[in-house]
Amino acid sequence: MARAHDETSPLFAGNAAGTLRLVFYLALAMVLMVLDHRNSWLWQVRNTASMVVEPVYRLASLPGNGVRALTIAFADRKLLTEQNQRLREDLLLANARLNRMASVAEQNERLKGLLDTQHSLDLNVQLARVVGVDLGPYQQRLVVNLGARDGVHGGQPVIDAHGVIGQVVQVLPTTSVVMLVTDPAHAIPVVDERSGLRTVAYGAHDADGIVLPNVPLAADVRVGDRLLTSGLGGRFPPGFPVGTVLSVALGDSGMFRMAQVQPAADVDRSDDVLLLHDQAEPAGPPAPAVPAGPPAALAPAPGTAASAAKPAASSPVSTPAPHPVAPAAAPPTGGAP
Amino acid sequence: MNRQRLTRWWFAATLGFALVLMLVPLPAPLAAFKPYWPALVLIYWVLEAEDRVSLGLAFVVGLGADVFDGVLLGEQALRLVALVFIVRHFRSRLRFFPMWQQTLAVLALLLNDRVLLLIVRSLSGAPLPPAGFWIAPLVGAVLWPFLFLLLDDLRMRLRLQ
Repeated sequence: MARAHDETSPLFAGNAAGTLRLVFYLALAMVLMVLDHRNSWLWQVRNTASMVVEPVYRLASLPGNGVRALTIAFADRKLLTEQNQRLREDLLLANARLNRMASVAEQNERLKGLLDTQHSLDLNVQLARVVGVDLGPYQQRLVVNLGARDGVHGGQPVIDAHGVIGQVVQVLPTTSVVMLVTDPAHAIPVVDERSGLRTVAYGAHDADGIVLPNVPLAADVRVGDRLLTSGLGGRFPPGFPVGTVLSVALGDSGMFRMAQVQPAADVDRSDDVLLLHDQAEPAGPPAPAVPAGPPAALAPAPGTAASAAKPAASSPVSTPAPHPVAPAAAPPTGGAP
Repeated sequence: MNRQRLTRWWFAATLGFALVLMLVPLPAPLAAFKPYWPALVLIYWVLEAEDRVSLGLAFVVGLGADVFDGVLLGEQALRLVALVFIVRHFRSRLRFFPMWQQTLAVLALLLNDRVLLLIVRSLSGAPLPPAGFWIAPLVGAVLWPFLFLLLDDLRMRLRLQ
């Protein structure tokens, strides 16, 4: 045990070289933190290190999986029977509801077809398992077992049976990280189901929840209102439950009211989640139909409206006089917006 | 020679195990009680074999932990470097403390670590954590005597230096 080093090192004093090295490493760490905060390099590092990171995640999730397997293996037969019975009832109820909804959905499709919109009610989803990994204290994030190889990409919405859980923020080859709706850095456009008020819901700063920080004083938001995704912004498709309003109170500034919202999804307890894929149809409004109006041959003389709108983009003026045919083709492009 | 290599493997294995243990989730009610394992294992190794744990190693271990957690690159590197520096500075005294005094010292170290974490988080714009944030150092200090005795016992059994 006795080592020569002990005799040379003084009992109480530190040495200057050690302090210098401390300062060096602390400065290095701070530079790294600032660079990472600005440029988020960490994700690139993680992507290159995913060969190591992912097996370690699998390893770390083993105890959790083992405990889950054990609880199933040693679960009471009676408990399982009860659970089975309850699930059957739920399924029956859900099926009955679905059957009743089917005719309504069909009618909806038909009416929407008549209105020429192209939103379908079909969902294009992928089932994912939550990997039991602890990403540090007070991190509102999940790891799921699908990654770039399964076609997952950043920004994909994640839902469970009850509502929106969050969105994919980082994709590794076979796992990906989901930011929960309760994360303070997360915002989601919502609409009040009852009053139709549109606003934005943020993750709560102090607890696991969602807040509406800026509800106008005159706006109609009450306790018990259900919030759905509004589909604005194009990231989350419209109509998914986000939460229920728990309380509404005057905000700190006194200019707005602030509502606390209980998330609809089982944010803490979901084992299986669904990743939504983009719908096949475009997110925007339908393409403009053929312009109805007088035929192009009857268009006013060149050099008035069409040529005034068009050359604004292309710098050299395209001299309308020598080409009398050009203005005839121009109105559809110039008048498209 | 062989014995030395085994010692090195054992050293690396404990550090790797601490990192994995950091990632293993606890059931939700217990989540706030999870001690910061890499810090505890690093303290043990500084006390046992100072020349093996340099500041550079603490930095590398911290960077590894950051890559696994995916929060902010350099955060845990900074915390672990500061921790190892303090332990190295007071090593000669800490080694001869009775166990209860050592436990108190470890508690102070872990609390200091949490303060550093709080500073870094608030500088990067994160909200103030709830009161449960301060429980983990207490749990770490309570576990310290057992961890120390366990690691020491294993080291004796394996006849490592």
